[in-house]
Amino acid sequence: MDRLRPRLAPADGLIGPLPAPASDPAVTAAHDFDRVDVRGVSRHYGRRRALFEITTSFHAGEIVGLLGPNGSGKSTLLGVIATIVRPASGAVNYGGRPAHEWGDALRGRIGMLGHDLFLYGDLTARENLEFFGRLHRVPDLARRVDAALEHARLETRGGDRVAGFSRGMRQRLALERALIHDPRLVLLDEPFTGLDDESTSLLVERLRALRVSGAIVLMATHDFDTADGLVDRAVCLTNGRLQPIEDGNGTLRERFRRAVEARRA
Amino acid sequence: MRLTDRLVPLLLLIAAVMFAAAPYVIDTAPYESTMGLVQRIFYFHFPSAMTMMLTAIVCGIASALYLARRKPIDDRVAVAAAELAVVFGVIVLITGPLWARKAWGVWWVWDARITSTFVMWMVFNAYLLLRRFGGPGSEVLSAAVGFFGMMLVPFVYWSVNFWRTLHPKTSVVPTLPVDMGIPLYFCWAAFTILYVALLIVRVRLEASRSALEEAYLALED
Amino acid sequence: MIRVLADAWLIARKDLRVESRSRELAATTLFFAVACVLVFSFAFVQEGRAVENAAAGILWITIAFSGTLALGRTFERERQGETLRALLLAPVERASVYLGKLAGLLLLLGAIEIVLLPMVALLFDAPISRAPWLLAALLAFGTLGFAAVGTLFAAMLVRAQSRDVLLPVVLYPITVPVIIGGVQGTAAIFGTEPNLPVAEAWLSMLIFFDAVFVTLALWTFAPVMTD
Repeated sequence: MDRLRPRLAPADGLIGPLPAPASDPAVTAAHDFDRVDVRGVSRHYGRRRALFEITTSFHAGEIVGLLGPNGSGKSTLLGVIATIVRPASGAVNYGGRPAHEWGDALRGRIGMLGHDLFLYGDLTARENLEFFGRLHRVPDLARRVDAALEHARLETRGGDRVAGFSRGMRQRLALERALIHDPRLVLLDEPFTGLDDESTSLLVERLRALRVSGAIVLMATHDFDTADGLVDRAVCLTNGRLQPIEDGNGTLRERFRRAVEARRA
Repeated sequence: MRLTDRLVPLLLLIAAVMFAAAPYVIDTAPYESTMGLVQRIFYFHFPSAMTMMLTAIVCGIASALYLARRKPIDDRVAVAAAELAVVFGVIVLITGPLWARKAWGVWWVWDARITSTFVMWMVFNAYLLLRRFGGPGSEVLSAAVGFFGMMLVPFVYWSVNFWRTLHPKTSVVPTLPVDMGIPLYFCWAAFTILYVALLIVRVRLEASRSALEEAYLALED
Repeated sequence: MIRVLADAWLIARKDLRVESRSRELAATTLFFAVACVLVFSFAFVQEGRAVENAAAGILWITIAFSGTLALGRTFERERQGETLRALLLAPVERASVYLGKLAGLLLLLGAIEIVLLPMVALLFDAPISRAPWLLAALLAFGTLGFAAVGTLFAAMLVRAQSRDVLLPVVLYPITVPVIIGGVQGTAAIFGTEPNLPVAEAWLSMLIFFDAVFVTLALWTFAPVMTD
């Protein structure tokens, strides 16, 4: 896949603001990165191996699909890259520097959409976005929140509590929450779960826009059909081991099967 | 490993000999008129209480180190020390009431030292419970309990002391007559040596356990 | 420093807003506290009158019990939707998260105590107007000490199994000095022969405890919150 696709101008108003002039004035180019390198990361929970010597890299402007069965370590890997899970060995470098050299500013460049959406059900959509926007010190917050609600197609529901939202609405809002600070690195854990077709295509569009804006998108997913046309490349995680899925013939699902069988053999 | 391999049997042997000799050494102490024979419980009660204090401090320091630098050895020492704190605490809490029954006529009094020992014993039980039932990652959480437990000692001690005091003061120990002091220090030394040996054994057990875990993981790979 | 406090206040305000919407914590905790007082009354009332010093004990045990309940629920809320993770992912100091949760909890417990104190005074004939400032200070610093340790342990237990039962198991032994200080200090005020210097001694112990344990909790919070 062509990693160096031309940086397109935003095609319409839906596409988010461009390469993160970081939200915090202190976070300037020196506090940004264009690649993430995972170096020999292992992690286990008791006798259960979650990750085994994972080494891989992710680059700006690419969407990487992280495939694998349940319990294969996808969420743990996302947690390690998000700095909230400590690897037993190995390290993750952001733009060539390990996490501890970055300090708190690094987390300001990461946006994560977790399995459980990271939203407060008793707050309204707008309040959720405003709260996290303030924590991330997003400048011109009111406008950003309006734009985010627009992206999530929730312009008219901004004042409603999230608890009353449908799964699709929540998922769209959760994505905008994760993107409120224009993160460089976007980590998505099963973003397509429970989405109807319309929401799915909205999400796909949003992710394409992110790619254009130079974000590094890493997406754990089960949804081969949706991921197929979207991801630039895919890697497969089985029993905590990482394996690239070759480009080539066939759909993503077929190539994934081939990779899994090759591994068994 | 090599050094401790030889050290442990030696320490255990010394402790065994000392404990075997302890009754005879204690017998040299003068007969205390008001307490009679029961007074001799003191020669085991006080050293086990001191050992409990020692192991509480070991656990607290190891826990703090584990929180700060996450070296597995710190965690192994902390869990070993916490377990031994509970074990020696049981000795203290059994010998104490035996003494109390004779001295004060009741099995239990809510006196300063007894209460603080009981509280500390509960803290280390909480440490072990959290570790046992907290699920994966609970060693970090229990380290916080161990560390807070150690920092708690002066507060518990002062507050319970201010609340009520019945127990003989620690200051009696240095002023004991020599013929009572010798058996006391002898037993204290025996308990400390036993403690060090048990601690090493327990730390090694923990190390083997994690080696076993790693072997299981390697087998899976 | 100012930024740490500003972020903490942001988090605390968010908690208050969530609470003002559902009122679940305030309502359930308050009625739990009332139920505690009712249950204790059966043990500490003889021939229609409260036994001596019962009021101080009932007050503090109720605070400890309902405080534990509130702690558990506060963090259960942050566990639903994994919002605690989201807070830890924000580029704010860990100390802000800790202080924010602590402040939110203190405001909640303070509100409950405002109802609880007159009620205990009324039912158990406690002279709360005898040394109101000293009593308020004992309550404030005692609650702070309890909540400071409690916030740390409740936050870290969010990822543990059996967290509901482990929280009191861990919390009660470690907050023993707070309970003793609170009960004895309050009893010294309420007693038939009030002894204010004793109450002041307990107050200074509580202040010292708070200073040490808030500092330790701030230091411990960051390492225990990383999985």
